[in-house]
Amino acid sequence: MAGVTSINLVEHALLVSIQDDITDTEILELQDRLSNKIAQNRIDGVILDISALEIVDTFVGRVIAQLAGISKLLAAETYVVGMRPTVAVTLVELGMYLPEIRTALSLTHALAQLREI
Amino acid sequence: MPLPSYAKFDESDLGAQVLLSQHRLKTSGDAVTARQAVARYMKENGASALSVTRFATAVSEIVRNAINHAGGGEFSIYVDRRRKTLTVVCWDNGPGIADVDLALSDGYTSGGGLGRGLGGAKRLAGRFEIRTAVNAGTSVLMSVNL
Repeated sequence: MAGVTSINLVEHALLVSIQDDITDTEILELQDRLSNKIAQNRIDGVILDISALEIVDTFVGRVIAQLAGISKLLAAETYVVGMRPTVAVTLVELGMYLPEIRTALSLTHALAQLREI
Repeated sequence: MPLPSYAKFDESDLGAQVLLSQHRLKTSGDAVTARQAVARYMKENGASALSVTRFATAVSEIVRNAINHAGGGEFSIYVDRRRKTLTVVCWDNGPGIADVDLALSDGYTSGGGLGRGLGGAKRLAGRFEIRTAVNAGTSVLMSVNL
């Protein structure tokens, strides 16, 4: 992968930092890798840090929503953290409300919510 | 790449625009390069963060269409410094769009997508024009004020 997307295990959660130059091909590969990791490592949650993303368009939004759906089936919750306000405004203009995903303002908030599950 | 058979956008559409850069569209990496170039030019010219995100998102939608549905194409970025506008033209030589109004409506998809891409791009861009014909490719022109 060109985009240096990092996946780290923090407590029982996978912390994934997505880089701004991630391509469609790479984000689909990431979805695959994450699905496998969730199943193998008994993960409770996936935290997607998208603070580096300048844009989230309909494709990336859909992949994130699918990932949330997949993790749910594998008994893990997905949190999206670090969404830029400009990205949130644009997603709503696109009609992408992403009801499947939980958002948290920061990694700390996401981990706190996961501990309560 | 052969030219599409309908009238492409030309100087009369572009006015006093100066070509800043041209990008080949073939892989999903080319889509990233194209939208990042647009974002960079906008930031260099003082566009707001919201304006950059909205327009770069519109660019991402249309270049993906060219790459995924039309086998690739070409993307050009122009600037009109006097009127302070940035214009992009994305063209491909793919199957074209039979019913543009339908393609622009939310929920329409030619397969796989959510069907919000083209209509979404139109809402996000200040000016949005599309020229297309069946089996003759598609050109999309979009502008944003700087």
